[in-house]
Amino acid sequence: MKKGLILWVLVTAVAFAAGAYLGRSSKQDLKISSSTGGASYSGGFKAEGNADANPAGAIRSVAGPAPTNVVVVKDGESIQAAIKAATAGTIVRVMPGTYHETVYVDKDDIRIIGVIEQGRRAVLDGQKKLNDAILYSGNNFVAENLEIRNYKGNGIMGQAGNNFEIRNNVIVDSGVYGIFPQLGQNGIVEHNVVSKIADAAIYIGMSDNILVAHNDVFDSVAGIEIENSRHAIVEHNYVHNNTGGLLAFVTPGLPIKDTVDVIFRNNFVIGNNHPNFGAPGSTVAGIPAGTGILVMAADDVVIEGNIISDNKVAGIIITDHAHASNITADPESDPNSDRVKILDNVMLRNGYDTINEAKALLLAEAKVGARNLDIVRVGPSPGSCIINRHQYVTVGVGDFAECDFTNTAATVNYLLPPVPPREIKPGERGKVVYLGICTGCHTYNGRMIGPPVQVIQALYMDNPQGLADYIAKPTKKRDDYPEMPPQDYLDPETRLAVAQYMLQVTN
Amino acid sequence: MIRALVLVIAAAGTAGATGPAPSDFTLNTNCPPGFEKTDGGVCELRTLYQFYDSLGNRGLGGTRTGLPPHRDGFTPQQIDLGRYLFFDPVLSGDGTLSCASCHDPAKGLSDGRSRSIGMHGEDAGRAAPTLWNVAFLKRFFWDARADSLEAQASGPLYSPREMGNTPAQLLARLNGNGVYRRLFQQAFPNARGPIAEQQVFTALAAFQTSLVSLNSRYDRYVHGHDAALNQREIEGLNVFRSFVARCSECHTPPLFTNEQIAVIGMPEPDGHPFDVGAEAILGSPKLKGGFKVPTLRNIARTAPYSHSGAFDDLRSVVEFYNKGRGNSAPSDVPLYLHWHISDPDLSEAEVDRIVDFLGALTDETFLPQPPTRVPSGMTATHRGEST
Repeated sequence: MKKGLILWVLVTAVAFAAGAYLGRSSKQDLKISSSTGGASYSGGFKAEGNADANPAGAIRSVAGPAPTNVVVVKDGESIQAAIKAATAGTIVRVMPGTYHETVYVDKDDIRIIGVIEQGRRAVLDGQKKLNDAILYSGNNFVAENLEIRNYKGNGIMGQAGNNFEIRNNVIVDSGVYGIFPQLGQNGIVEHNVVSKIADAAIYIGMSDNILVAHNDVFDSVAGIEIENSRHAIVEHNYVHNNTGGLLAFVTPGLPIKDTVDVIFRNNFVIGNNHPNFGAPGSTVAGIPAGTGILVMAADDVVIEGNIISDNKVAGIIITDHAHASNITADPESDPNSDRVKILDNVMLRNGYDTINEAKALLLAEAKVGARNLDIVRVGPSPGSCIINRHQYVTVGVGDFAECDFTNTAATVNYLLPPVPPREIKPGERGKVVYLGICTGCHTYNGRMIGPPVQVIQALYMDNPQGLADYIAKPTKKRDDYPEMPPQDYLDPETRLAVAQYMLQVTN
Repeated sequence: MIRALVLVIAAAGTAGATGPAPSDFTLNTNCPPGFEKTDGGVCELRTLYQFYDSLGNRGLGGTRTGLPPHRDGFTPQQIDLGRYLFFDPVLSGDGTLSCASCHDPAKGLSDGRSRSIGMHGEDAGRAAPTLWNVAFLKRFFWDARADSLEAQASGPLYSPREMGNTPAQLLARLNGNGVYRRLFQQAFPNARGPIAEQQVFTALAAFQTSLVSLNSRYDRYVHGHDAALNQREIEGLNVFRSFVARCSECHTPPLFTNEQIAVIGMPEPDGHPFDVGAEAILGSPKLKGGFKVPTLRNIARTAPYSHSGAFDDLRSVVEFYNKGRGNSAPSDVPLYLHWHISDPDLSEAEVDRIVDFLGALTDETFLPQPPTRVPSGMTATHRGEST
């Protein structure tokens, strides 16, 4: 292990007053709670206008009804060519074969769905030459049943698409992140097998209302990372042999400043001891190999029902920005992990080969001879709580309160029903196009780059379709004005709407 | 006062007979292009982006992502008064510089210099940022030290290294000018008494919020016209937003900035000292050498590049990022370089494609019209333009 990695956390370990906790844990009365009953954590998210949502009817689909329009891409053909030709609302069915391309999706309601035939998948192979396998920015995006390997950037990367579903994909050795939705709302990442990723296998960045479930992530620097995101549930994942397993972070310097309300529950977090191969300078490059769950500056993280075993540094590390020596500063971000809630977890054989700073903390709490270490907390963590603390070997949780709930059963997930697309009336669109584009060259009654609107009205007053046709393919009509550039990038409906609007403006 | 009058007369003499007489100055009662005049008589921006949403209304994301909250709602008269002030050298201490001297419509609302030049030819220290789309920004100056356009205005106006004016002289000159007294009365009909400094700042802010650029070929692509970008530009867009190049992680659409402070480790030009940037403002050593991420809209129009103009052209900037983390960072100053500064190892062709794509962000259809004459009658000398 590199020395630089060891120093990442706990750099001011000795700041804990030695002896402050002397003997306390052994003398404490046992407070035993049962997590099979009792109060439940109700979560931090209330869907607006959705008060009657029934938790029993858990949402498992967010992208809306499947389109009926289907195109098929066969081995040897181009997925991108099919997407380019597709209208919004198309299933692109990809047959088994090998595809060497970067696929980008900038329209709504596109589903890329691989067909698996007797185990043979549609393979996107970047051959270590291509950057990303799939880039999407459209809403209601679905990627399923694909195999992605040998890309340099990301496997699947989203930029602001909402209502996404990424499931049943196999992603191997594909750069920095395997699956990375960013700046999106309402998404599901489930049943993916992701490995050999140089940062996080699954990285939820600056996104809200997310479910990450039933994924198998391994041999990566970070397993699943929830960063600067709100209302995320990470459950039923198998997270093994990464450098760090599950991460809830606030990374400084991003435009969204907090991570709030993350539930890590019912995951297997096993043997995350892989040597750190993160890129120099990356945030995860500082994670000590052997970290099960790491909470840094995130608020309201609930850790429940996980089996956390064989992580050699610690099962759970809770820290702040100040203790992470490679983390920059952000005056707008709260650097502390507030209100961490540790419920029942099965923790076995963690911390068996921990870092010296953690050993010093154990010493400071007079836990001499501890062969394991389950939970480490450094830095302020106000409002935090724990139940059945006597089960674990801990440092720094002496001042945690007893939680007033024992489970998260009341919180099914934070997903939202598919949001229907916004209805835009043609008149409204016509006005906005007129004001946003046409007025750059035309004023109502004055000469600008093009002729006055009054003159245009006189010519086309009873013929909006004629005006709509003209702006698509203008011809030079006047010697005293430059030729108008074609506005054929507007669809015919919009062209007619703007023509109608232009013909009725009065100033 | 007397000096100002002399200047007015002198300028009037050189302007020739074609300009209007001082009494002919009027303020536009219509909103600038891109704005709708509401029933309340104020100008509100209209753009196709208003049909899109963004996460948390932050105005950050991908293609069809809404814009962040913006400033508008000024009257046409306030905007037009701001235009006169913006182009009028009466705002500078010696009448040689106007705002437009460093934010020139012919130069992408910047000045084409590595670093701006002040009233007496001083090196102002940093490059003039473009004013395109400042209506959407919440932080101003390279080091983000002002939080509004009004707060920003006093910086260059009163800096001895820039326009070198004083509040007293500024207001004395404007109040001594009958045209301005009349125009301010039209723009601020409810105000009484002499022209106030805050009215000057308001009018300048009103004008600057009209400088909107959202009609580039990239925007046409966003709104659904696939053919608006050619194949090279599409390839460039995909490299730009790839996680190998990572450009869009900070230059995030739709404004192509996330407005954060980032420590990049760009070089200073030869002989120019290291600039600590935002560290001095925020008091945070970890932000030493940090600067606000600039917008890339109309970036092809605003060479040279970086806070101190270290790069002559866009390709040089992209090459800098491609040379790897810390390649130009000072060896004697510890910097917390941004984690997205990596070693992308892009091919030469990919570097070229990014430059191609950046060219698709050009849109100057709402470029403001410089007034043919300004109320003071002065003419900016555009010092040093001859070089």
